[in-house]
Amino acid sequence: MGNVNITKNIQLNNILPLRLENINYSIGKRQLLKNISCQFDKGKRYCVIGPNGAGKTMLLRLCHGLIKPDSGKLTWQNNHKNHLIKYQAMVFQRPVMLRRNSWDNINYALSVKNIPRQQRKSLIEQVLTITGLLDQAKQPARQLSLGQQQRLAIARALAIQPQILFMDEPTASLDPPATYQIEQLINQISNDGVTIIMTTHDLGQAKRIGEEILFMFRGRIKEQANSEEFFKNPQNDLAKAFINGDLLWWKRRPDGDNVQIKYKPITINKTNI
Amino acid sequence: MDDIFQAVNMAFVLFLQLDADLFEIMILSLKVSLSALFIATRIAMPIGSAVAVYRFSGRKAVMISLNILMGLPPVVVGLFVYLMLSRNGPFGVFGLLFTPTAMIIAQVILITPIIAALTRQVTEELYNEYDEQLISLGASQFRRFTAVLFDARYKLLTAILAGFGRASAEVGAVMIVGGNIDHVTRVMTTSIAMEASKGELATAIGLGLILITMAAIINLLIYFIGDMAQKYGNI
Repeated sequence: MGNVNITKNIQLNNILPLRLENINYSIGKRQLLKNISCQFDKGKRYCVIGPNGAGKTMLLRLCHGLIKPDSGKLTWQNNHKNHLIKYQAMVFQRPVMLRRNSWDNINYALSVKNIPRQQRKSLIEQVLTITGLLDQAKQPARQLSLGQQQRLAIARALAIQPQILFMDEPTASLDPPATYQIEQLINQISNDGVTIIMTTHDLGQAKRIGEEILFMFRGRIKEQANSEEFFKNPQNDLAKAFINGDLLWWKRRPDGDNVQIKYKPITINKTNI
Repeated sequence: MDDIFQAVNMAFVLFLQLDADLFEIMILSLKVSLSALFIATRIAMPIGSAVAVYRFSGRKAVMISLNILMGLPPVVVGLFVYLMLSRNGPFGVFGLLFTPTAMIIAQVILITPIIAALTRQVTEELYNEYDEQLISLGASQFRRFTAVLFDARYKLLTAILAGFGRASAEVGAVMIVGGNIDHVTRVMTTSIAMEASKGELATAIGLGLILITMAAIINLLIYFIGDMAQKYGNI
């Protein structure tokens, strides 16, 4: 992969930190995000971990603006209005490629952003070099391997020159070599100053990539801590159990809304949840 | 059995002779059907794609209407166009009744809903896949609409073929608005109907075989164009 610095073109208009205050979001009667408050600072790498259904993806989608919170406040630095199109990008768990070649997939993203044609060529070459896909530029995107498609998705996101990049389990369905390549890429992008917020189920990956860990459970952020501290000495019992690889599950009590959460091998006190 | 052999024989004779009259009828058939197809495609594809992408009140009603209109009875459409274009009708001044233009108009009305409904189906499927990614890139609704329509172009050949099938096989409407006038509005289907009513079954079936061959050639042509484009395009 090439060593081209993508951020030299990044706009100076800083949109970070991103602040979330008491965010709630529900679909029907199911409350998927509960009272979320956190802050994402410039240039950091955040890993959101937690069991399935914890609300990790929802949190990313909400930050990215794909869904609107029911209540609470989400604010960007300088009260940024057009942040969605201008300064941020998202890579989805399964890469969605337009039925065009690799080059045109990136070109489309740039045309949406109204980048003049003459500027696009060098920008596309740049991101394809970074992601090691320059040789596949004219290949139909959907014929690339899943790992290559994911790298192309990252290239497309990078072409937008985001200040913040959301990644929803970008390596979930990739084999170890492809995962390694993506991780290298994430590190490189981060070193170039882009803020990374990614979700993952891979604790090893969270350790390798995350500077800051957010542990989520049933729509709440249970713990947010520096990666080293979090993995060494998690404060929350659920987080501790999750790191230990204990199976978490819950059951709704028949008499009310209270939820009793259990995990093997111990049962924790409800007040600690 | 004899009738069928006679018919096949007649088809060959008609085809080999290829007299000026038959040639004229074949060309007019193609001209009317392909013109109608071209116009209907230009109208129907944006409609179908818009229904797939845009969310507006009454969207479901439009979808249901398109599906219902797919089964429009040609004779009724013919009658409607006849009333519109007849001397006393609102468009009577244009003097279009019993011209190929009237036949094209009738066919456009018949096949537009078919192409639109099929386009909606194809583009909606693609849009469900693209939706969030395109929004994430910051694409406006119009850009999403054009992206979906553009990327679905090869799959939409099926919709075009369905439209062509209906147009080339249609007889009820073109008979009413065209009148089957020799050297003016006589096309393959109206000729077949006329020959059959005259009792010239062999000629009718012979013409029918030629019509089927013509339709098959056009179908194959469109199929191969799509196939080649897909192979050498960037899908």
